[in-house]
Amino acid sequence: MKRIKWWHVALFLCLLLAVLSPLASSSPDGLERVAEDKGFIDDARDSPYEAIADYVFPGIENEALATILAGVLGTLVIFGFVYGAARIVRSRKREVS
Amino acid sequence: MHIPDGFLNIATVATTYTISSGGVTYAAREAGKKLGEKHVPLMGIMAAFVFSAQMLNFPIAGGTSGHLLGAALAAILLGPWGGLLVMACVLIVQCLIFQDGGLLALGANIFNMGFVGCFLSYYAYVAITKVVGTERKGMLVSAFVAAWLSVFAASVLCVIELVASGTTPLGVSLPAMAGVHALIGVVEGLITVAVLSFVLATRSDLLSLQKV
Repeated sequence: MKRIKWWHVALFLCLLLAVLSPLASSSPDGLERVAEDKGFIDDARDSPYEAIADYVFPGIENEALATILAGVLGTLVIFGFVYGAARIVRSRKREVS
Repeated sequence: MHIPDGFLNIATVATTYTISSGGVTYAAREAGKKLGEKHVPLMGIMAAFVFSAQMLNFPIAGGTSGHLLGAALAAILLGPWGGLLVMACVLIVQCLIFQDGGLLALGANIFNMGFVGCFLSYYAYVAITKVVGTERKGMLVSAFVAAWLSVFAASVLCVIELVASGTTPLGVSLPAMAGVHALIGVVEGLITVAVLSFVLATRSDLLSLQKV
């Protein structure tokens, strides 16, 4: 069995944060709040398409579950994306030197 | 404070896209030169942490919420260019998949929260540790101030872009944005200090990696 590395544990902790995401405050954030108070929130335009808009996975009725799924998926995607990109940059460097 | 589309005019969109794409391209080149074996998982973890922690909005004064920015934490651990890369990747994924932050506003969001967030906090951190020392306490105090500065500066830049775009007058929105983000910055500082002390206690070697 492979040894457990520090970042396996760290990634697990990040996924745990994503699982806690339904507990997040649903109040508007600082910018949204100011935009509402100062009357320019209506200038905001929606995106031309929606994938997992507002961190709610589409097609799931239970909103907490949909949020958790979006969070876990996003955390894994972003980890894979950055880890993969860094690995490619790193291996290219080794070929050069 | 992800800016949605519709708040920025074309000139601001073009300017911020130009600066941010130049910055990210240069950051990728720097990463190519300096990334070591240990940086690879750390970059992935920083990005995963910034993303998941940003989902956890905490209540701040009266019906308003804030969330971690993470730029200071990423910059202190990885260096300013490495931090910028992590922040840019998170902001791109949030924009493209989660419709958080507008497509046209992406350049401005990367500029405010990534570019300025990472560089200001990194150099503030380095400058303050020169005065208070690089012992545990000195590091944590410096990190707190750097983290607060990153949030505050990002919010002020955000207002400047909105004002330049004719969306809101400076005198109206600057006090409101700066005020609420001065508070959010305190929480940013506390979370940054908490995570750094956790890293110091468990894997302090990660803090002595070469900065990118």
